[in-house]
Amino acid sequence: MTAPLLSIRDLKVHFPVRTGRVIVAKYQSLRAVDGVSFDLAPGETLGIVGESGCGKTTLGRAVLQLLPVTSGAVTWLGREMTSLDAAAVKAARENMQIVFQDPLASLDPRMTAGDIIAEPLRNYHPELSRAEIARRVGELMEQVGLLPGMVNRYPHEFSGGQCQRIGIARAMILKPKLVICDEPVSALDVSVRAQVINLLKDLQKTFGLSMLFISHDLAVVRHISDRVLVLYLGKVMELATRESLYQAPRHPYTQALMSAVPIPDPAKERAKPRIILAGDLPSPLNPPSGCVFRTRCPNATAVCAEKEPVRESSAPGHDVWCHHWRE
Amino acid sequence: MALLDVRNLNVRFETPDGAVEAVSDLSFTLEKGECLGIVGESGSGKSQTFMAAMGLLADNGKASGEVLFDGVNLLTAGEKTLNTIRGNKASMVFQDHMTSLTPHMRVGRQLTEVLVRHRGMDAATARDAVIAMLKRVQIPEPARRAEMYPHELSGGLRQRVMIAMSLLCSPALLIADEPTTALDVTVQALILDLIREVKEKEHTSVIMITHDLGVVAGIADRVAVMYAGRIVELGDVNQIFTAPQHPYTQGLLACTPRLDDVLGKSLKTIPGQPPNLQRLPPGCAFAPRCTYRIAACAARPPLRPAAGGGLKACVRDDIQPVRAAS
Repeated sequence: MTAPLLSIRDLKVHFPVRTGRVIVAKYQSLRAVDGVSFDLAPGETLGIVGESGCGKTTLGRAVLQLLPVTSGAVTWLGREMTSLDAAAVKAARENMQIVFQDPLASLDPRMTAGDIIAEPLRNYHPELSRAEIARRVGELMEQVGLLPGMVNRYPHEFSGGQCQRIGIARAMILKPKLVICDEPVSALDVSVRAQVINLLKDLQKTFGLSMLFISHDLAVVRHISDRVLVLYLGKVMELATRESLYQAPRHPYTQALMSAVPIPDPAKERAKPRIILAGDLPSPLNPPSGCVFRTRCPNATAVCAEKEPVRESSAPGHDVWCHHWRE
Repeated sequence: MALLDVRNLNVRFETPDGAVEAVSDLSFTLEKGECLGIVGESGSGKSQTFMAAMGLLADNGKASGEVLFDGVNLLTAGEKTLNTIRGNKASMVFQDHMTSLTPHMRVGRQLTEVLVRHRGMDAATARDAVIAMLKRVQIPEPARRAEMYPHELSGGLRQRVMIAMSLLCSPALLIADEPTTALDVTVQALILDLIREVKEKEHTSVIMITHDLGVVAGIADRVAVMYAGRIVELGDVNQIFTAPQHPYTQGLLACTPRLDDVLGKSLKTIPGQPPNLQRLPPGCAFAPRCTYRIAACAARPPLRPAAGGGLKACVRDDIQPVRAAS
């Protein structure tokens, strides 16, 4: 096996939250990401799925060191990122870029499409001539499906799908090794969503990229990922190859999630069995003891409240964090 | 007689850049106890159709045509008549559960207000009815939640509060405008179960407005597909999903990633961008993106009976119904 591009070990991101009354300040820690470990190989796409509040966005930002990491290791190309100084982090980020969820809000409304796409290049390579920058911007615009005539237009003149293409071009201009896509297609219309998914897949192949693809949409993740990591309340529930996860999900949370995704086929949708999750998501300020999923799990027993499940391998390339996955 | 009978509805907005026709010549009916799914992308007019029907258009909007609800034309009825219908015989659930509730009022009071106003109940009776309804929509600890302000509830709970509010007066018609779009899938499943239950037990007619074909597949009896302010296809839910007639419906089904499809190299796509309503082509609005386009598409296609049952707005008859991969 080749050396991983990115290696995350026991990563924790806790936010201090003020909970005391007006006079007596009290702080509790909100465990947004709580002990996540995984490796990402060069050229691989890892899907990160989970519902709102599971920590998937925080995880993506912690990898880029956009947020302070509480503990754990983020190893990028063999170097430990969390102990690097600001200049070294900036240098490393040349190879790690991000695409955001909201296509319009993530673009500066006062900059033209061309300037937005060129900005990272100007930032990291001030030695490049204007002509060279224009050439690279033009080349990339073509690759992401934007017309050369659009270079001087402003974000509000583009549709949502086109704005997302600009955001993707901005992330690709430095030819990074890793792109973190944080819900890149959630805000797009159905007919445009497929175009952007295909674009990301093509770019990944052309540039040999690795991707962290963060999404709540299991069907989209299935189309783009090699492996998938399922998060719940800041912890990994299941990590497996795509084929294994979608054919035989082992964790009850993954099973419940999959059973809740509507299928656009009336006969199948109305006949399929559904796993209903009891109750609401517990507060990350005060997560349940033992397995964090136990309060909503249909299979929970006494052991789930006492002991936190450890990583177990249910099949080659398929890891699950559950006391009862065999049953 | 149909419960809701929409005839030649047009909705126009006057904007600084000229008039925009958001809904054009729309006609359909809804029977008692039936669920009609309205599918379309942003700007297709799916929401504005029902905002117009309920007299909730923005100030620069104007509706013409007829919207007959139980025989009463809602477009010409005065505010007073509308106020006896809205929230009572016909109610609406909106997508944005944060802004649809009054932020400075406890949710219990927002709910009792409906019963006091429409049913003339006294506060104590209304409160009991409200707590029973909150329980019915599976809100845990309903009495405690009723004392809370909207921001203290999670998104899923707020949406359930909205649904509880819409059901308080046992309406004959429930219009749900993307009720689950902002919610997680597991919560979405619960909300859809609830709407399905109301439809089956109380024979409430439901309009389910959504961009998600999967949601419609699970709940609708008939489906209308909208594009650029018009219905392009209308038919029985099974026909729409197994033998779609209009190229846009076929395209939508083919480009939707699903959990049960065969993984190929890339997803099928509909080329181009959704249309700009201010610059619509004179003929079929979908023609610029359509692979079946012919010269006749330069004229506007009427909505007409299709071979497989249902209605379609497409001039061609030689398009094979393509079943989405499954």
